[in-house]
Amino acid sequence: MTAILEREDTKPQAPPVTPPRRKRKGGWLVTGFTGLILFVFLLPLGYMLVTSVKSEQMINRVGGPILPNSPASFEFEGEQLDIYTVPMPDGSELELGLLQPGRQVSTFVDPSNPEAGAIEWEGNWRLLSPADELDPQWQNYTRAWDLMDFPILLRNTLAIAGIGTIGAVASSILVAYGLARFRVPFGRSIMVVLVATIVLPRFVTLVPTYAVFVRIGWVGTWLPLIVPHFFANAFNVFLLRQYFLTIPKELDEAATIDGAGPMRTLVSVILPQMKAALVAVSLFHFYFAWNDFFEPMIYLTTRPDLQPISVGLRAFNTLYDSQPNLIQSGSMLALIIPVVVFLFAQRVFLQGIDLSGVQK
Amino acid sequence: MAVTTEEGVAGKPVTPFTPDYKPPSSSLARRRGRAGLWFVMPWIVGFFLWYAIPMVASLWFSFTDFNLVNSQPTQFIGLDNWQKLFSDPMVRQSTLVTLKFGMIALPVAIIFPMALAYLLVNKSLRARETFRALFFMPSIIPFVAAVLIFGGIMNGQIGWVNRMLAVIGITGPNWFQDQTWVYPSLVFIGLWGVGNAMIIFIASMNSVPSSLYDAARIDGASEWRMFRHVTLPVISPIIFYNLIIALIGIFNYFLVPFVLNNGSGDPGGATLFYALYFFRVGFRLFDMGYAATLAWALFLVAVGITGLLFWSAKYWVHYEFER
Repeated sequence: MTAILEREDTKPQAPPVTPPRRKRKGGWLVTGFTGLILFVFLLPLGYMLVTSVKSEQMINRVGGPILPNSPASFEFEGEQLDIYTVPMPDGSELELGLLQPGRQVSTFVDPSNPEAGAIEWEGNWRLLSPADELDPQWQNYTRAWDLMDFPILLRNTLAIAGIGTIGAVASSILVAYGLARFRVPFGRSIMVVLVATIVLPRFVTLVPTYAVFVRIGWVGTWLPLIVPHFFANAFNVFLLRQYFLTIPKELDEAATIDGAGPMRTLVSVILPQMKAALVAVSLFHFYFAWNDFFEPMIYLTTRPDLQPISVGLRAFNTLYDSQPNLIQSGSMLALIIPVVVFLFAQRVFLQGIDLSGVQK
Repeated sequence: MAVTTEEGVAGKPVTPFTPDYKPPSSSLARRRGRAGLWFVMPWIVGFFLWYAIPMVASLWFSFTDFNLVNSQPTQFIGLDNWQKLFSDPMVRQSTLVTLKFGMIALPVAIIFPMALAYLLVNKSLRARETFRALFFMPSIIPFVAAVLIFGGIMNGQIGWVNRMLAVIGITGPNWFQDQTWVYPSLVFIGLWGVGNAMIIFIASMNSVPSSLYDAARIDGASEWRMFRHVTLPVISPIIFYNLIIALIGIFNYFLVPFVLNNGSGDPGGATLFYALYFFRVGFRLFDMGYAATLAWALFLVAVGITGLLFWSAKYWVHYEFER
């Protein structure tokens, strides 16, 4: 009986039908092809990793090695000798330290056997290619860390994201609960307007909002980045409403019969069953705040000490534009936490996106 | 809300077992409805505070010379801002730039995630979950970092892309500094943000009833025809949804050109997007009256285009498959 009464809103999502089509053969072909695409797709990350540990003099060398190498050298009798790849008369190539450069004849020392002494080699040493060795500059990370004031950026981002998340999740739960479980007057219209706010270009409301924030002294504080999130937003409400609809209503009714009010029912009966949804929505806001750029920039221009990571990273880029290794280290610092969090929580997270898209 | 009486509509008997049945409205039901209103209240208050009132205020600003750095009192100047909008060469240019980019970006924003999803729902693919997560991963990388990474790998001299092209004998362009190539380059950065679209495409493709494929296969349909006549109609609501989301992204397109060239609009104004121009007027010159005009003009265009899309939906979006 109850199920029929709730007909209007309860469209429980059918569990995903097992993926259609095709026999299992050719699996490795498809997998290999997909893997290749994935490799190309993620190649920029490889570029970032490699570049972030390159040394300064190697970075701008046109045609320089892809890997974070440095010119190899070795110490011989208190002197640093550069190592070159030297073709020997017998056709082999040896990596030798240049001891005495000369136009026709140069002398080299074999680093693996310095006791053998100088080796004479005929030919122009300038035509030899210098040998490189792998030499990642991990200190680029500490430099980027210090130059960006990373701990401060991290603190700001976490504070803005953390407080905002509490507000966004709490308010969205209430609104979604109201829309999913009650016959709210104008419920339909509310849903329509909710969709409309997604479509609205955000600049339309920005000018007056900014002007008001200037007047009340909120510019230069975190408040404009936090307070508006305490009023629920369309994406979260849709997602949570979708989850609410999957929870059988009989549970609420049982709680009501036991004398629990709507708030009590929400907190002690429904919420414990949707931890996954709460995690998903929290993550959405966390990523939003970590990524948010435009508003933190306009509201915190004058307060670098309060800026979150995206704004800080951009400022860092304008200052150290000429040092791609530092820029890439900084990018790495900015993305490592979201990426690690994602890898741990990806199942819940992707499920959340699944649901948010289903009712469209 | 539909008004239903206990008698139902025009002669058709309504029982609790027919689809039009609504429970009789009792005082208890009304009370519960009002209680629900309290739960919805945060959003209602927020709607007026952050949407309705600012929008009206924004419209009003567009008829004034309100300027945040100017100490002179704000004056009502009628339609001056709107007249300026239509004769402003920067408006024309930035609209054109946004349009050009949108023409390339919009199809890619649909086709690329759809192709990925098609690949990832393939039954013979191994480690599907892992692939799904890894293809999604770039979407959670902060955009600013993504821009800096792509700015590096597509650098004209030392970037990997051009070095790889050089290996096969092609001299790559100076991607982000070239007035033509800058648009495809921006689209490349955008590829890292298709995760959401991909995930819901996957969900939607997985929901296609396999009986439809079986029927098509019995009729001897090729892979392409199955995609065209079975998959595509079923996922059309998702295409529509992603199209709307991508469109809004283009209206708001600001971050990438801003970070890339410091908001200069280089090369030669080719990245002076509409949102970037709005930012300049509003938050560099603090000419709030004109900025509000620019914003409202964008809003009207956005309403027009999304309206057109919604209207077109009835010709190509199929909802009958929805369960």
